[in-house]
Amino acid sequence: MHLLRAFEEGMDGVYVAGCLEGECHFLRGNLRAKKRVEHVKGILIALGINPERLQMYNLSAAMGGRFVEIAQEMTEKVRALGPTPVKTGEGREFFEEQGEEKQP
Amino acid sequence: MIVAEAKPIEDVIAMIDRYDKIILAGCKECVAVCAAGGEKEVQLLASALRTARKTAGRELEIREVTLERQCDPEFVEQIRGFAGDYQAILSIACGVGVQYMAEHYKQIPALPGLNTSFMGGSLEQGIWSERCQGCGACVLHLTGGICPITRCSKSLLNGPCGGSANGKCEVSPEMECGWQLIIDRLKALGEFEARFTELFPIRDWSTSRDGGQRKIVREDLKQ
Repeated sequence: MHLLRAFEEGMDGVYVAGCLEGECHFLRGNLRAKKRVEHVKGILIALGINPERLQMYNLSAAMGGRFVEIAQEMTEKVRALGPTPVKTGEGREFFEEQGEEKQP
Repeated sequence: MIVAEAKPIEDVIAMIDRYDKIILAGCKECVAVCAAGGEKEVQLLASALRTARKTAGRELEIREVTLERQCDPEFVEQIRGFAGDYQAILSIACGVGVQYMAEHYKQIPALPGLNTSFMGGSLEQGIWSERCQGCGACVLHLTGGICPITRCSKSLLNGPCGGSANGKCEVSPEMECGWQLIIDRLKALGEFEARFTELFPIRDWSTSRDGGQRKIVREDLKQ
């Protein structure tokens, strides 16, 4: 719900940071989150939004360096994808059939 | 419970394309339990529909409501005060709920957001399975508590048929033969000889769908 709402509000990209698999304080919480993220990616595809705009990463609270890397990686990815069609209102940017972005 | 699943979101988007102001109505009963049409699903679908509309450069106003039940007039009437302000009602209740909306709010269309699938129960988190077809003449006391109408693909009352092999149904290798289940269960209960050797007589299916739309009248409860 929160993921979808972020896209509705016009966020260009969202990433979920979960614990390392097998090391979650909530046991299977991060594995469940992974499934939810995949589900929301499916919704994004149906809505014509590139699912690459949503990512899940696994890292521990002690991995500050990796966190920075991920933030930079995600920023670059989203910058390359450009603004979300939710903001531009220019229609679908992603077509399920082709499995790729709309060609300009 | 009545088990339903969401229609493909593309279908729902197309269904509401001509409307700019809709009510999205969920139900807190069966469809909430099977995670198809409860409060959470109302929020999710509303967000997805608004996002799709923004992507197309248009606006969509959605009034989100989740009624206690959509199969009882008193709850359906709870949106009476504002229903007239909207162009359509998108119901994510079962087919009963959608029809109740249509019957109560005749001036605006009622649209189905779900495909109503069957009467069943949950096997585990996220998996539901059919158990009853509402035939109106229950024989579970004769079949070890396993429904031949539902579990046998042909709804045979004197099974199994020749398509049963190694306990599976010819319809699918994953599907258990309902009559094999019944036989195994009757044997476990020590009722096999008494029950299985007796043939079911020709059945009157008028209590099932063959008799047309069904209705129950309870004189003791009527007002």
